[in-house]
Amino acid sequence: MGKRVGMEVSIAAAEVVGLCDVDVIAAYPITPQTHIVEHLSELVAEGHLDAEFVPVESEHSAMSTCVGAAAAGARTFTSTSSQGYALMAEICYIASSLRLPIVMAVANRALSAPINIWNDHSDMMMARDTGWIQTVAENGQEVVDLLLHAYRVAEDPRVLLPVMVNLDGFTLTHMIEPIWLPDKEEVERYLPPYKPQLRLDPRNPMTFGPVGMPEVYTEAKKAQDEAMNGALPVIVEAWKEFEKHFGRAYQPVETYKTDGAEILLLTVGSVSETAMTAVDKMRSEGKQVGLVRLRLWRPFPAKELVDVLKQAKAVAVVDRAMAFSTRSGPLCVEVKAALYDHGVSPYVQNFIAGLGGRDVTVEDFEKMAAKTSEGLAKGLPMGYEIVNVRE
Amino acid sequence: MGIAAEALKDFKGFNPKKLPEVEPLSPGHRACQGCGEILALRQVLKALGENVIVASATGCMEIVTSPFPQTAWRVPWIHVAFENAAAVISGVESAYKALNRKGKIQQPDVVFLAYGGDGGTADIGLQALSGALERGHNFIYVCLDNEAYMNTGIQRSSSTPYGAMTTTSPPGKKSIGQRTWKKNVAYIAAAHGIPYVATASPAFALDLMNKVKKAAAIPGPAYLHIYSPCPTGWRHETDLAIEVARLAVQTKVFPLYEVIDGKWILSRKVAKPKPVSEYFKVQRRFRHLTEKDVEEIQRRVDEEYEELLRRCAMSGEPEKPESKEAREG
Repeated sequence: MGKRVGMEVSIAAAEVVGLCDVDVIAAYPITPQTHIVEHLSELVAEGHLDAEFVPVESEHSAMSTCVGAAAAGARTFTSTSSQGYALMAEICYIASSLRLPIVMAVANRALSAPINIWNDHSDMMMARDTGWIQTVAENGQEVVDLLLHAYRVAEDPRVLLPVMVNLDGFTLTHMIEPIWLPDKEEVERYLPPYKPQLRLDPRNPMTFGPVGMPEVYTEAKKAQDEAMNGALPVIVEAWKEFEKHFGRAYQPVETYKTDGAEILLLTVGSVSETAMTAVDKMRSEGKQVGLVRLRLWRPFPAKELVDVLKQAKAVAVVDRAMAFSTRSGPLCVEVKAALYDHGVSPYVQNFIAGLGGRDVTVEDFEKMAAKTSEGLAKGLPMGYEIVNVRE
Repeated sequence: MGIAAEALKDFKGFNPKKLPEVEPLSPGHRACQGCGEILALRQVLKALGENVIVASATGCMEIVTSPFPQTAWRVPWIHVAFENAAAVISGVESAYKALNRKGKIQQPDVVFLAYGGDGGTADIGLQALSGALERGHNFIYVCLDNEAYMNTGIQRSSSTPYGAMTTTSPPGKKSIGQRTWKKNVAYIAAAHGIPYVATASPAFALDLMNKVKKAAAIPGPAYLHIYSPCPTGWRHETDLAIEVARLAVQTKVFPLYEVIDGKWILSRKVAKPKPVSEYFKVQRRFRHLTEKDVEEIQRRVDEEYEELLRRCAMSGEPEKPESKEAREG
């Protein structure tokens, strides 16, 4: 049986990665660092985890080493954040194109400049089109669960794509939370051993990463897009299996008190828990406000999202990153596109909040709901605003 | 006895009359006519055999051997990006180490090779290379040095020799061509204190293949800097690659040596060196140089060669007499 512990979320993330019997971990500590890889190196040093810990000289080499190791048939892990992610981004595209089931935890943090080590979703949004599956955790337990789920999905022969598990920097990575950690046997029952379909093996030589001329490049990208779309049902299936094993349920789009809601807040990540408190308060005051939380960012669950949003008259989309000059945050751009595609047109107001570690409070969510309600009632133009900005 | 010396104590080189017939890099690739680089790479692979995994940097050798759906590779090969071949092979080697130790595979004797051009080694890949050397992975890194970014159209790199014409170091009224002296990556590799560093040339095939064999026999990182003539970029005749490579050694422009456990050993002394002008005159990349320019270059080549001899003398290794093979190539 597993155990319930009080543990820093980063340590718990490392513990569960250790339970997944990874073979190669490549990691670089800057910028910025969490305790995830530190604790993994401790697990290796103490002999609790039999893996190669490769202390590479950059995030770029961290992903490159993971690519080499995964291509050789190893179960791999790395972790990064913001600037580190930006540096390794080049290789992230290649990891997904080579269909390598690497798992990475990204402690979401702001991108420079100005340099800022605190939480927002700049890195997650930058990773949007890299071809990685991306899930998002709202608390420590979900970090543990999603990492376990990540290996099962990534290595599924129907998927074979890398998975990024997003957890908010500091807000989650540095918090001590009550977490239920599975034991080794429980993990093994859920996660079968990794059996690579193809690997670098002198007994069966393969060429990985050849030149793709114009005659084949487009087809390669289409195949990748199909793989990404095809991953969605497998992701859901793996969550259903997870529920059977561990009793906790996940879905691409999750809701909170959405029944009869006129206004829906849409959030991603750990602010969702604050938003729940705000919804509780507003509901107690008789306001018809509910919450929609995006669990799966890639593949983008457009239909699932629209099915929920179409019930409401208005949607307040909360973004935690910039998409300069689009008069929108990156999440809202896609939400609007999905609504348009499905012929649904609720009133949409976009709020950009919590940049570079600025708190997003219960009162902030109340204000967002109130503004959206007012805009809907008065027929104000739809638009966006950066919350609490000092002019 | 150092790690390398220990591993080499029973070392037997290749028999020149009975070279391996294996061709892990197959013919039919798309290298330019007269390419010295693919010839060097072929010699490397012949020396290593088939129990090898290869990581390639982006560059000529990657492009010409892997146009999907064709491949010239009969051994497992991976290309990821320009600057990270050393990091990729670090991952492959680490995976094999872990999987063998954990009993998931039983393949303990695989050799790991990463290669890149001079751009992928001396410039953009230097950091990844340094990291992999410092961490001590058991692998061979081969720099196939053709002294510029040939694949992208002959742009200068930090490995382009002083005075050479490239498309980004053009000679002109205010330019001699390449303004900087060639970066010495073999010295940089040696400064990592790794067990084995060597320079080699496809004009001295047996020497090259024996160095590769040594590199494979030694545990830990090995670095080989291989001189790779490029008729397209150097503007020499396509039947002259081996001749140019031989001249580079005979003029002391590219001396052949090994660094074994930190001991510097000249592979063969150039007893009667030819003037650098002989090396220059067969390549149009140097033809704009004045006599004065050539004199200055000759002076520096002599100085550097003397400095190399001092390193060898300090290592206490006796100089080998010039062999018959060295004279004839």
